[in-house]
Amino acid sequence: MEIPKSFLGYKRENGRAGTRNHVIILPVDDISNACAEAVANNIKGTIALPHSYGRLQFGADLELHFRTMIGTGSNPNVAAVIVIGIEPKWTKRIVDGIAKTGKPVEGFHIERTGDIGTVMKASKKAQEFVMWASEKQREECPISDLWISVKCGESDTTSGLASNPTVGNLMDKLEPLGVHLCFGETSELTGAEKVCATRGATKEASDKFMKTWSAYNDFILKEATDDLSESQPTAGNIAGGLTTIEEKAFGNFQKIGNCKFVDVLEPAEEPKKGKGLYFMDTSSAAAECVTLQAAAGFNIHLFPTGQGNIVGNPIEPVIKLTANPLTVKSMGEHIDCDVSKILSREMNLSEAGDELIKTTLKVANGRLTCAEALGHREFVMTKLYRSA
Amino acid sequence: MRLIYKILENSNKQIDTILMSTDIIIHDKKDNVGVVVIEKITPKQDCKCWIMENDSSVNIQSADEIPLGHKIAMIDLKEGDTILKYGHDIGKVVKAIKKGQHVHVHNVKTKKW
Repeated sequence: MEIPKSFLGYKRENGRAGTRNHVIILPVDDISNACAEAVANNIKGTIALPHSYGRLQFGADLELHFRTMIGTGSNPNVAAVIVIGIEPKWTKRIVDGIAKTGKPVEGFHIERTGDIGTVMKASKKAQEFVMWASEKQREECPISDLWISVKCGESDTTSGLASNPTVGNLMDKLEPLGVHLCFGETSELTGAEKVCATRGATKEASDKFMKTWSAYNDFILKEATDDLSESQPTAGNIAGGLTTIEEKAFGNFQKIGNCKFVDVLEPAEEPKKGKGLYFMDTSSAAAECVTLQAAAGFNIHLFPTGQGNIVGNPIEPVIKLTANPLTVKSMGEHIDCDVSKILSREMNLSEAGDELIKTTLKVANGRLTCAEALGHREFVMTKLYRSA
Repeated sequence: MRLIYKILENSNKQIDTILMSTDIIIHDKKDNVGVVVIEKITPKQDCKCWIMENDSSVNIQSADEIPLGHKIAMIDLKEGDTILKYGHDIGKVVKAIKKGQHVHVHNVKTKKW
Protein backbone atom coordinates (compact mmCIF):
# COMPACT_ATOMS: atom_id res chain seq x y z
CA MET A 1 0.00 0.00 0.00
CA GLU A 2 1.23 3.50 -0.81
CA ILE A 3 1.14 5.47 2.44
CA PRO A 4 -0.41 8.96 2.08
CA LYS A 5 2.17 11.70 2.59
CA SER A 6 -0.19 14.14 4.28
CA PHE A 7 -3.32 14.56 6.39
CA LEU A 8 -5.74 17.41 7.05
CA GLY A 9 -4.90 19.04 10.35
CA TYR A 10 -5.12 22.34 12.21
CA LYS A 11 -1.89 24.34 11.96
CA ARG A 12 -0.86 25.96 15.24
CA GLU A 13 1.10 29.08 16.07
CA ASN A 14 4.21 27.12 17.14
CA GLY A 15 4.47 25.05 13.95
CA ARG A 16 2.80 21.90 15.30
CA ALA A 17 -0.43 20.49 13.81
CA GLY A 18 -3.54 19.23 15.58
CA THR A 19 -5.91 16.44 14.62
CA ARG A 20 -8.60 18.17 16.70
CA ASN A 21 -9.58 21.77 17.43
CA HIS A 22 -10.67 21.80 21.07
CA VAL A 23 -11.25 24.81 23.30
CA ILE A 24 -10.63 23.50 26.80
CA ILE A 25 -11.58 24.77 30.26
CA LEU A 26 -8.74 23.58 32.47
CA PRO A 27 -9.12 23.58 36.26
CA VAL A 28 -5.84 24.02 38.15
CA ASP A 29 -7.13 22.06 41.13
CA ASP A 30 -9.97 19.81 42.35
CA ILE A 31 -12.00 22.62 43.93
CA SER A 32 -12.11 24.57 40.65
CA ASN A 33 -13.83 21.72 38.78
CA ALA A 34 -17.32 23.07 39.46
CA CYS A 35 -16.46 26.44 37.93
CA ALA A 36 -14.79 24.86 34.88
CA GLU A 37 -17.76 22.56 34.28
CA ALA A 38 -20.19 25.48 34.61
CA VAL A 39 -18.28 27.43 31.94
CA ALA A 40 -18.24 24.41 29.61
CA ASN A 41 -21.98 24.03 30.16
CA ASN A 42 -22.57 27.71 29.32
CA ILE A 43 -20.43 27.84 26.19
CA LYS A 44 -21.15 25.12 23.62
CA GLY A 45 -18.17 23.67 21.81
CA THR A 46 -15.89 23.87 24.83
CA ILE A 47 -14.91 20.98 27.10
CA ALA A 48 -13.99 20.99 30.78
CA LEU A 49 -11.23 18.69 32.02
CA PRO A 50 -12.10 18.01 35.67
CA HIS A 51 -9.59 16.05 37.77
CA SER A 52 -8.89 15.19 41.41
CA TYR A 53 -5.66 16.98 42.40
CA GLY A 54 -3.69 20.22 42.47
CA ARG A 55 -3.66 21.20 46.15
CA LEU A 56 -0.77 20.94 48.65
CA GLN A 57 1.38 18.95 46.26
CA PHE A 58 5.13 19.52 46.46
CA GLY A 59 8.49 18.53 44.99
CA ALA A 60 8.59 16.21 41.98
CA ASP A 61 4.88 15.48 42.37
CA LEU A 62 4.01 19.18 42.02
CA GLU A 63 6.36 19.54 39.05
CA LEU A 64 4.57 16.63 37.35
CA HIS A 65 1.24 18.32 38.05
CA PHE A 66 2.37 21.54 36.35
CA ARG A 67 3.99 19.63 33.46
CA THR A 68 0.73 17.73 32.86
CA MET A 69 -1.43 20.88 33.05
CA ILE A 70 0.82 23.00 30.83
CA GLY A 71 1.41 20.12 28.42
CA THR A 72 -2.31 19.43 28.07
CA GLY A 73 -3.02 23.08 27.27
CA SER A 74 -0.05 23.19 24.87
CA ASN A 75 -1.10 20.06 22.91
CA PRO A 76 -1.73 21.00 19.24
CA ASN A 77 -5.18 19.37 19.41
CA VAL A 78 -6.13 22.32 21.61
CA ALA A 79 -6.88 25.66 19.89
CA ALA A 80 -7.35 27.81 22.98
CA VAL A 81 -7.45 27.44 26.76
CA ILE A 82 -9.30 28.91 29.75
CA VAL A 83 -7.44 28.13 33.01
CA ILE A 84 -9.38 28.38 36.29
CA GLY A 85 -7.77 27.93 39.73
CA ILE A 86 -8.53 28.90 43.29
CA GLU A 87 -5.39 31.05 43.72
CA PRO A 88 -3.73 33.45 41.26
CA LYS A 89 -0.10 32.27 41.46
CA TRP A 90 -0.39 28.66 40.29
CA THR A 91 -3.08 29.69 37.79
CA LYS A 92 -0.67 32.21 36.28
CA ARG A 93 2.17 29.69 36.15
CA ILE A 94 0.03 27.39 34.00
CA VAL A 95 -1.22 30.25 31.79
CA ASP A 96 2.36 31.45 31.21
CA GLY A 97 3.49 27.91 30.35
CA ILE A 98 0.75 27.44 27.76
CA ALA A 99 1.22 30.98 26.35
CA LYS A 100 4.70 29.97 25.11
CA THR A 101 2.97 28.08 22.27
CA GLY A 102 1.46 31.37 21.06
CA LYS A 103 -2.11 30.10 21.33
CA PRO A 104 -4.88 32.12 23.04
CA VAL A 105 -4.98 31.39 26.79
CA GLU A 106 -6.48 33.26 29.72
CA GLY A 107 -6.53 32.50 33.45
CA PHE A 108 -9.12 33.23 36.15
CA HIS A 109 -8.84 32.72 39.90
CA ILE A 110 -11.80 32.24 42.18
CA GLU A 111 -10.60 33.77 45.48
CA ARG A 112 -12.11 37.24 46.16
CA THR A 113 -14.58 36.72 43.25
CA GLY A 114 -16.44 33.48 43.99
CA ASP A 115 -17.74 30.86 41.58
CA ILE A 116 -20.54 32.91 40.05
CA GLY A 117 -18.45 35.97 39.17
CA THR A 118 -15.64 33.75 37.87
CA VAL A 119 -18.02 31.70 35.74
CA MET A 120 -19.39 34.92 34.21
CA LYS A 121 -15.97 36.36 33.34
CA ALA A 122 -14.54 33.05 32.13
CA SER A 123 -17.65 32.28 30.05
CA LYS A 124 -17.33 35.58 28.16
CA LYS A 125 -13.72 34.79 27.29
CA ALA A 126 -14.56 31.15 26.45
CA GLN A 127 -17.25 32.30 24.01
CA GLU A 128 -14.75 34.60 22.31
CA PHE A 129 -12.21 31.73 22.05
CA VAL A 130 -14.65 29.14 20.73
CA MET A 131 -16.03 31.44 18.04
CA TRP A 132 -12.48 32.29 16.96
CA ALA A 133 -11.44 28.62 16.96
CA SER A 134 -14.51 27.47 15.04
CA GLU A 135 -13.43 29.62 12.11
CA LYS A 136 -10.23 27.62 11.68
CA GLN A 137 -10.06 25.23 8.71
CA ARG A 138 -8.19 21.98 8.30
CA GLU A 139 -5.16 22.31 6.01
CA GLU A 140 -2.82 19.84 4.36
CA CYS A 141 -0.05 18.86 6.81
CA PRO A 142 2.86 16.46 6.20
CA ILE A 143 2.41 13.04 7.79
CA SER A 144 5.48 13.83 9.93
CA ASP A 145 3.21 16.22 11.88
CA LEU A 146 1.59 13.13 13.40
CA TRP A 147 2.80 12.37 16.90
CA ILE A 148 1.49 8.88 17.64
CA SER A 149 1.37 7.43 21.15
CA VAL A 150 0.53 3.79 21.90
CA LYS A 151 -0.65 1.86 24.93
CA CYS A 152 -2.55 -1.42 25.19
CA GLY A 153 -5.19 -2.42 27.71
CA GLU A 154 -7.36 -5.30 28.89
CA SER A 155 -4.82 -7.34 27.00
CA ASP A 156 -5.09 -11.04 26.39
CA THR A 157 -3.07 -13.46 24.33
CA THR A 158 -4.65 -12.14 21.11
CA SER A 159 -2.97 -8.80 21.88
CA GLY A 160 0.50 -10.35 21.78
CA LEU A 161 -0.40 -12.53 18.78
CA ALA A 162 -2.00 -9.93 16.56
CA SER A 163 -3.20 -6.49 17.66
CA ASN A 164 0.09 -5.38 19.27
CA PRO A 165 2.19 -6.66 16.32
CA THR A 166 -0.23 -4.73 14.04
CA VAL A 167 0.75 -1.53 15.87
CA GLY A 168 4.40 -2.61 15.52
CA ASN A 169 3.89 -3.03 11.78
CA LEU A 170 2.44 0.50 11.58
CA MET A 171 5.45 1.84 13.50
CA ASP A 172 7.87 0.09 11.14
CA LYS A 173 6.09 1.68 8.17
CA LEU A 174 5.60 5.21 9.58
CA GLU A 175 8.89 5.70 11.46
CA PRO A 176 10.89 6.27 8.22
CA LEU A 177 8.38 9.02 7.29
CA GLY A 178 9.49 11.15 10.23
CA VAL A 179 6.63 10.76 12.70
CA HIS A 180 7.13 10.96 16.47
CA LEU A 181 6.18 7.74 18.32
CA CYS A 182 5.82 6.97 22.02
CA PHE A 183 5.33 3.86 24.14
CA GLY A 184 5.27 3.60 27.92
CA GLU A 185 3.93 1.27 30.63
CA THR A 186 7.14 0.79 32.62
CA SER A 187 5.79 -1.91 34.94
CA GLU A 188 4.31 -3.92 32.07
CA LEU A 189 7.73 -4.45 30.55
CA THR A 190 8.71 -6.53 33.58
CA GLY A 191 10.09 -9.83 32.36
CA ALA A 192 10.97 -8.32 28.98
CA GLU A 193 13.01 -5.43 30.42
CA LYS A 194 16.41 -6.75 29.31
CA VAL A 195 15.19 -7.38 25.77
CA CYS A 196 13.58 -3.93 25.73
CA ALA A 197 16.81 -2.30 26.90
CA THR A 198 18.62 -3.68 23.84
CA ARG A 199 16.23 -1.58 21.71
CA GLY A 200 17.75 1.70 22.82
CA ALA A 201 19.18 3.57 19.82
CA THR A 202 22.20 4.54 21.93
CA LYS A 203 23.89 3.10 25.02
CA GLU A 204 22.73 6.19 26.88
CA ALA A 205 19.06 5.46 25.97
CA SER A 206 19.43 1.79 26.98
CA ASP A 207 21.03 2.67 30.33
CA LYS A 208 18.40 5.30 31.03
CA PHE A 209 15.67 2.75 30.33
CA MET A 210 17.16 0.17 32.73
CA LYS A 211 17.51 2.79 35.44
CA THR A 212 13.90 3.91 34.96
CA TRP A 213 12.55 0.35 34.93
CA SER A 214 14.57 -0.65 38.03
CA ALA A 215 13.29 2.34 40.01
CA TYR A 216 9.67 1.45 39.13
CA ASN A 217 10.22 -2.23 39.92
CA ASP A 218 11.83 -1.39 43.29
CA PHE A 219 8.79 0.73 44.15
CA ILE A 220 6.42 -2.14 43.25
CA LEU A 221 8.43 -4.64 45.29
CA LYS A 222 8.42 -2.25 48.26
CA GLU A 223 4.65 -1.69 48.22
CA ALA A 224 3.48 -5.15 47.05
CA THR A 225 1.45 -7.10 49.61
CA ASP A 226 1.19 -10.34 47.59
CA ASP A 227 2.08 -11.43 44.05
CA LEU A 228 -0.06 -8.54 42.72
CA SER A 229 -2.73 -11.05 41.75
CA GLU A 230 -5.55 -9.39 39.82
CA SER A 231 -3.47 -6.20 39.41
CA GLN A 232 -0.69 -7.49 37.18
CA PRO A 233 -1.99 -9.37 35.29
CA THR A 234 -5.53 -8.06 35.88
CA ALA A 235 -8.57 -10.31 36.29
CA GLY A 236 -9.46 -9.39 32.69
CA ASN A 237 -5.99 -10.37 31.46
CA ILE A 238 -6.28 -13.73 33.26
CA ALA A 239 -9.77 -14.36 31.85
CA GLY A 240 -8.23 -13.75 28.42
CA GLY A 241 -5.53 -16.36 29.01
CA LEU A 242 -2.55 -14.29 30.17
CA THR A 243 -0.85 -16.08 33.05
CA THR A 244 2.14 -13.99 34.21
CA ILE A 245 3.54 -10.46 34.01
CA GLU A 246 6.39 -11.81 31.84
CA GLU A 247 3.91 -13.16 29.27
CA LYS A 248 2.05 -9.85 29.32
CA ALA A 249 5.33 -7.94 28.92
CA PHE A 250 6.47 -9.84 25.83
CA GLY A 251 3.03 -9.28 24.29
CA ASN A 252 3.12 -5.59 25.20
CA PHE A 253 6.57 -5.16 23.70
CA GLN A 254 5.33 -6.26 20.24
CA LYS A 255 3.84 -2.77 19.82
CA ILE A 256 7.16 -1.17 18.87
CA GLY A 257 7.87 -3.46 15.93
CA ASN A 258 11.54 -3.29 15.00
CA CYS A 259 11.97 0.36 16.03
CA LYS A 260 14.64 1.59 18.42
CA PHE A 261 13.89 4.28 21.00
CA VAL A 262 15.95 7.47 20.83
CA ASP A 263 15.33 8.65 24.39
CA VAL A 264 13.58 7.93 27.68
CA LEU A 265 11.10 10.60 28.81
CA GLU A 266 9.90 11.58 32.26
CA PRO A 267 6.10 11.32 32.66
CA ALA A 268 4.45 14.06 30.50
CA GLU A 269 7.86 15.27 29.21
CA GLU A 270 7.89 16.63 25.67
CA PRO A 271 10.32 14.82 23.31
CA LYS A 272 13.25 17.03 22.35
CA LYS A 273 15.45 14.82 20.17
CA GLY A 274 13.44 15.04 16.96
CA LYS A 275 11.51 12.35 15.08
CA GLY A 276 11.45 8.70 16.05
CA LEU A 277 10.37 6.44 18.89
CA TYR A 278 10.46 7.49 22.57
CA PHE A 279 9.89 5.49 25.74
CA MET A 280 8.00 7.33 28.50
CA ASP A 281 8.07 6.30 32.15
CA THR A 282 4.33 5.83 32.84
CA SER A 283 1.91 3.84 34.90
CA SER A 284 0.31 0.97 32.99
CA ALA A 285 -3.20 2.14 33.91
CA ALA A 286 -4.84 3.21 30.64
CA ALA A 287 -6.21 6.67 31.44
CA GLU A 288 -3.13 7.75 33.41
CA CYS A 289 -0.81 6.69 30.61
CA VAL A 290 -2.78 8.33 27.76
CA THR A 291 -3.16 11.55 29.81
CA LEU A 292 0.64 11.73 30.23
CA GLN A 293 1.30 11.03 26.54
CA ALA A 294 -1.22 13.70 25.48
CA ALA A 295 0.47 16.15 27.86
CA ALA A 296 3.79 15.42 26.13
CA GLY A 297 2.26 16.64 22.86
CA PHE A 298 1.12 13.43 21.13
CA ASN A 299 -1.87 14.13 18.88
CA ILE A 300 -3.26 10.67 18.04
CA HIS A 301 -3.30 7.45 20.06
CA LEU A 302 -3.42 3.77 19.08
CA PHE A 303 -4.88 1.43 21.68
CA PRO A 304 -4.82 -2.32 21.01
CA THR A 305 -7.11 -4.30 23.32
CA GLY A 306 -7.91 -7.95 23.86
CA GLN A 307 -10.84 -8.31 26.24
CA GLY A 308 -12.11 -4.79 25.43
CA ASN A 309 -10.78 -1.70 27.21
CA ILE A 310 -13.04 1.30 26.52
CA VAL A 311 -10.80 4.26 27.50
CA GLY A 312 -10.80 7.63 25.75
CA ASN A 313 -9.13 11.00 26.30
CA PRO A 314 -10.63 14.50 26.10
CA ILE A 315 -8.03 15.95 23.72
CA GLU A 316 -6.16 13.05 22.08
CA PRO A 317 -8.34 10.75 19.94
CA VAL A 318 -7.90 7.12 21.03
CA ILE A 319 -8.20 4.52 18.24
CA LYS A 320 -9.06 0.99 19.44
CA LEU A 321 -8.07 -2.13 17.61
CA THR A 322 -8.58 -5.73 18.58
CA ALA A 323 -7.84 -9.19 17.23
CA ASN A 324 -10.26 -10.93 19.59
CA PRO A 325 -13.34 -12.00 17.59
CA LEU A 326 -15.44 -12.30 20.76
CA THR A 327 -14.66 -8.67 21.65
CA VAL A 328 -15.62 -7.56 18.13
CA LYS A 329 -18.89 -9.46 18.48
CA SER A 330 -19.80 -8.42 22.02
CA MET A 331 -18.51 -4.81 22.18
CA GLY A 332 -18.13 -3.74 18.57
CA GLU A 333 -19.19 -0.15 19.32
CA HIS A 334 -15.77 0.36 20.97
CA ILE A 335 -13.63 -1.02 18.14
CA ASP A 336 -12.33 1.28 15.37
CA CYS A 337 -10.21 -1.35 13.60
CA ASP A 338 -10.94 -5.09 13.57
CA VAL A 339 -7.87 -7.25 12.91
CA SER A 340 -9.35 -10.54 14.16
CA LYS A 341 -8.89 -12.12 10.73
CA ILE A 342 -5.18 -12.43 11.58
CA LEU A 343 -6.08 -15.28 13.96
CA SER A 344 -7.93 -17.22 11.25
CA ARG A 345 -5.04 -16.41 8.89
CA GLU A 346 -7.35 -14.64 6.48
CA MET A 347 -5.28 -11.46 6.92
CA ASN A 348 -1.52 -11.13 7.37
CA LEU A 349 0.28 -8.68 9.61
CA SER A 350 1.23 -6.31 6.82
CA GLU A 351 -2.39 -6.13 5.62
CA ALA A 352 -3.48 -5.45 9.20
CA GLY A 353 -0.83 -2.71 9.52
CA ASP A 354 -2.17 -1.10 6.32
CA GLU A 355 -5.74 -1.20 7.67
CA LEU A 356 -4.57 0.50 10.85
CA ILE A 357 -2.72 3.20 8.88
CA LYS A 358 -5.93 3.87 6.92
CA THR A 359 -7.95 4.14 10.14
CA THR A 360 -5.31 6.39 11.73
CA LEU A 361 -5.39 8.79 8.78
CA LYS A 362 -9.19 8.89 8.71
CA VAL A 363 -9.19 9.82 12.40
CA ALA A 364 -6.36 12.34 11.90
CA ASN A 365 -8.51 13.94 9.17
CA GLY A 366 -11.41 14.30 11.59
CA ARG A 367 -13.41 11.07 11.71
CA LEU A 368 -14.58 10.54 15.29
CA THR A 369 -13.19 7.55 17.17
CA CYS A 370 -15.61 5.16 18.90
CA ALA A 371 -14.42 6.54 22.24
CA GLU A 372 -15.15 10.11 21.13
CA ALA A 373 -18.62 9.19 19.84
CA LEU A 374 -19.36 7.40 23.11
CA GLY A 375 -18.19 10.38 25.19
CA HIS A 376 -15.08 8.86 26.79
CA ARG A 377 -13.03 11.76 28.17
CA GLU A 378 -10.91 10.13 30.87
CA PHE A 379 -8.44 12.74 32.13
CA VAL A 380 -6.46 11.23 34.97
CA MET A 381 -3.50 12.90 36.62
CA THR A 382 -0.60 10.74 37.80
CA LYS A 383 0.23 11.41 41.45
CA LEU A 384 3.63 10.35 42.72
CA TYR A 385 3.01 10.51 46.50
CA ARG A 386 0.83 11.98 49.28
CA SER A 387 0.33 15.74 49.51
CA ALA A 388 1.90 17.76 52.29
CA MET B 1 -20.00 -26.05 11.97
CA ARG B 2 -17.20 -23.53 12.12
CA LEU B 3 -16.07 -24.39 8.63
CA ILE B 4 -19.61 -24.13 7.26
CA TYR B 5 -19.88 -20.68 8.81
CA LYS B 6 -16.58 -19.66 7.31
CA ILE B 7 -17.52 -21.00 3.90
CA LEU B 8 -20.75 -18.99 3.94
CA GLU B 9 -18.93 -15.89 5.05
CA ASN B 10 -16.06 -16.18 2.60
CA SER B 11 -17.24 -18.28 -0.31
CA ASN B 12 -14.48 -16.87 -2.54
CA LYS B 13 -11.85 -17.91 -0.02
CA GLN B 14 -13.43 -21.33 0.55
CA ILE B 15 -10.51 -23.54 -0.43
CA ASP B 16 -7.85 -21.36 1.19
CA THR B 17 -9.74 -21.22 4.46
CA ILE B 18 -10.07 -24.96 4.71
CA LEU B 19 -6.40 -25.48 3.93
CA MET B 20 -5.20 -22.81 6.33
CA SER B 21 -7.60 -23.59 9.18
CA THR B 22 -5.61 -23.17 12.40
CA ASP B 23 -6.74 -24.04 15.93
CA ILE B 24 -3.56 -23.10 17.79
CA ILE B 25 -0.83 -20.54 17.09
CA ILE B 26 2.72 -20.90 18.42
CA HIS B 27 4.94 -17.80 18.32
CA ASP B 28 8.43 -19.33 18.22
CA LYS B 29 9.73 -22.81 17.42
CA LYS B 30 11.36 -22.97 20.89
CA ASP B 31 7.99 -22.41 22.65
CA ASN B 32 6.55 -25.21 24.77
CA VAL B 33 3.04 -23.71 24.77
CA GLY B 34 0.60 -22.66 22.04
CA VAL B 35 -2.43 -20.31 22.07
CA VAL B 36 -5.95 -21.46 21.17
CA VAL B 37 -7.34 -19.17 18.44
CA ILE B 38 -10.78 -20.73 17.92
CA GLU B 39 -13.70 -20.24 20.31
CA LYS B 40 -12.63 -23.32 22.28
CA ILE B 41 -11.06 -26.73 21.83
CA THR B 42 -12.60 -29.78 23.46
CA PRO B 43 -10.88 -32.82 25.08
CA LYS B 44 -9.32 -35.28 22.62
CA GLN B 45 -9.68 -32.83 19.73
CA ASP B 46 -7.05 -33.18 17.01
CA CYS B 47 -5.74 -29.64 16.59
CA LYS B 48 -3.73 -28.00 13.85
CA CYS B 49 -0.96 -25.73 15.11
CA TRP B 50 0.80 -23.04 13.11
CA ILE B 51 4.29 -21.93 14.17
CA MET B 52 4.55 -18.28 13.15
CA GLU B 53 8.34 -17.94 13.29
CA ASN B 54 9.12 -20.48 10.58
CA ASP B 55 5.62 -20.85 9.05
CA SER B 56 5.49 -24.57 9.77
CA SER B 57 2.67 -26.77 11.05
CA VAL B 58 2.36 -29.44 13.74
CA ASN B 59 -0.58 -31.36 15.20
CA ILE B 60 -1.52 -32.04 18.80
CA GLN B 61 -4.37 -33.82 20.57
CA SER B 62 -5.89 -31.79 23.42
CA ALA B 63 -6.45 -33.28 26.87
CA ASP B 64 -8.67 -30.51 28.28
CA GLU B 65 -11.33 -28.07 27.16
CA ILE B 66 -9.39 -24.83 26.50
CA PRO B 67 -11.04 -21.50 25.58
CA LEU B 68 -9.93 -18.90 23.03
CA GLY B 69 -6.72 -17.16 24.03
CA HIS B 70 -5.67 -19.75 26.61
CA LYS B 71 -2.56 -21.89 26.36
CA ILE B 72 -2.00 -25.59 25.69
CA ALA B 73 1.13 -27.55 26.68
CA MET B 74 2.97 -28.82 23.60
CA ILE B 75 5.11 -31.25 25.70
CA ASP B 76 5.01 -32.84 29.17
CA LEU B 77 6.25 -30.32 31.77
CA LYS B 78 7.37 -31.02 35.33
CA GLU B 79 7.41 -28.80 38.40
CA GLY B 80 10.19 -26.21 38.16
CA ASP B 81 10.32 -26.23 34.35
CA THR B 82 10.32 -22.90 32.49
CA ILE B 83 7.47 -21.95 30.19
CA LEU B 84 8.74 -20.55 26.88
CA LYS B 85 6.57 -18.26 24.76
CA TYR B 86 7.84 -15.76 22.13
CA GLY B 87 11.02 -17.86 22.60
CA HIS B 88 11.39 -16.30 26.08
CA ASP B 89 10.93 -17.27 29.74
CA ILE B 90 7.41 -16.29 30.87
CA GLY B 91 7.25 -18.17 34.21
CA LYS B 92 7.73 -21.44 36.08
CA VAL B 93 5.66 -24.61 36.32
CA VAL B 94 4.31 -25.10 39.87
CA LYS B 95 2.27 -28.26 39.17
CA ALA B 96 3.17 -30.92 36.60
CA ILE B 97 1.46 -30.49 33.21
CA LYS B 98 0.87 -33.20 30.60
CA LYS B 99 1.09 -32.59 26.87
CA GLY B 100 -2.27 -31.29 25.62
CA GLN B 101 -3.37 -29.88 29.00
CA HIS B 102 -4.47 -26.34 29.83
CA VAL B 103 -1.59 -24.09 30.99
CA HIS B 104 -2.63 -21.16 33.19
CA VAL B 105 -2.56 -19.64 36.70
CA HIS B 106 -3.39 -23.03 38.32
CA ASN B 107 -0.09 -24.57 37.20
CA VAL B 108 2.24 -21.66 36.24
CA LYS B 109 3.50 -18.67 38.26
CA THR B 110 5.63 -15.60 37.59
CA LYS B 111 9.34 -15.64 38.48
CA LYS B 112 9.28 -11.89 39.02
CA TRP B 113 6.97 -10.65 41.77
